[in-house]
Amino acid sequence: MTGNAVMDVLQVTVLVLVAAGATVVVRTRERVRLVLVLSAYGLLLAILFFTFQAPDVALSELTVGAVALPLILLLAIAKVRKRPE
Amino acid sequence: MTPRQRRWLFAIAAAGLVACYLWAFAGLPGFGHYPGPYGPEILKHAIAQTNATGVVSAINFDYRGFDTVGEEFILFTAAAGMSVVLRKLRGEREGRGEREGRAKSPYDRARNRDLPPTSDAVRMPTLALVGPVVLIGWWLAAHAQANPSGGFQGGVILATAFMLVYLSGEFLAFRRLSPVALLDCAEALGAGAFVAVGLAAVAQGLPYLDNFLPLGQVPGAVSSSGTIALISFFVGIEVAAAFTLIIGELLEQTLLVRAGGR
Amino acid sequence: MAVFPFLVVAWIIAAGLWGLVTSRDLIHQIVCLIVVQSSTYVLLLGVGYVTGGVAPYFYDISPHAKAVDPVVQALALTDVVVEAAVTALLLSFAIQAHKRFGTLDPHDLAEFKG
Repeated sequence: MTGNAVMDVLQVTVLVLVAAGATVVVRTRERVRLVLVLSAYGLLLAILFFTFQAPDVALSELTVGAVALPLILLLAIAKVRKRPE
Repeated sequence: MTPRQRRWLFAIAAAGLVACYLWAFAGLPGFGHYPGPYGPEILKHAIAQTNATGVVSAINFDYRGFDTVGEEFILFTAAAGMSVVLRKLRGEREGRGEREGRAKSPYDRARNRDLPPTSDAVRMPTLALVGPVVLIGWWLAAHAQANPSGGFQGGVILATAFMLVYLSGEFLAFRRLSPVALLDCAEALGAGAFVAVGLAAVAQGLPYLDNFLPLGQVPGAVSSSGTIALISFFVGIEVAAAFTLIIGELLEQTLLVRAGGR
Repeated sequence: MAVFPFLVVAWIIAAGLWGLVTSRDLIHQIVCLIVVQSSTYVLLLGVGYVTGGVAPYFYDISPHAKAVDPVVQALALTDVVVEAAVTALLLSFAIQAHKRFGTLDPHDLAEFKG
């Protein structure tokens, strides 16, 4: 029974962190900082999926949400940046 | 409507929405008490029927392979759509470049970039990591039947390997390693081969995407599980090509910005 | 514990929607869409979890071990890749809007007609 209790505590902790992370992401306004916070949020989600016994989805979220998506976002931000003319 | 009024309207509507959600969640059987018959049924028969010990990959590429074909084409369409949306404006950009007297290709512009050269501390690790990352991505894409991996994850990691080449400052090497024509062919090959595997089953009188290749002796070995490993390999190629195309399109856009004007 | 993950899902949806409504930047709106979509992953995996279950990979454990539901994991996997594709396409639209109108503020973009 202790195994289940440990798993419960772990899941609740990471769920609270994910909820806090989502709040931080939507409250960040600057673009580059937003991308970095999104990458950290992707990492938190991957940890959450590990605690939900889903390593497949965790690996997918890690590669897509913490690496590929911030890359794409940074390139788009570089494109629309206001340049000193 | 002022922003304050907008926020109050949203708060009221969101409260209603969240109330509906919570009412719906109250009807769920509680966290950890999954009742449904679908999951346990598949778990009982998956290894015997497909010889794949990674049940999630077996579901993705065999039991629900048709959904995966559809999702492949979502990625395919997104990459193609990006090329269409961004290419139309590229024509305008080239015109303005001529007016400035410099009608050059992005590659010429890349050579004239006045950026500081990448420091050695960045170049060495990124270039040293390209080989291992390609190996890891390939390994993940090819071992879907036993590992918690598969075509999607392996493909994205392969695309990151191309990005490492760009990050080390070698944009021209990146473009030469991954010309758009080759990436288009690779993406089409991946998507088309997936569909072709399904059609090969139809040609033998079986249902579409049926697992018709020999299933192998040992569950979870590399040579086992029939079409699952094959499809995962092709999906890896397609996803890697699609992501590299997407990133390449955006990179070309940033180069056009740096050449001159917006 | 029986309902806590679903409460977190509702919170993430609400937070993402709030950010979407009060945003002054198209890029920030796209990121809020990503957050709203991430709530669906948590919901899917939360529905399929079995207390005391292990991951459904039986390479080195007995095939009769109690495992969590693999079907929702396959669905969530597809979901993650679709999110990346949709975000890339939305970003290309945002870039085009910036080129045409010079601004990424949704309040200003709404003014343009035709």
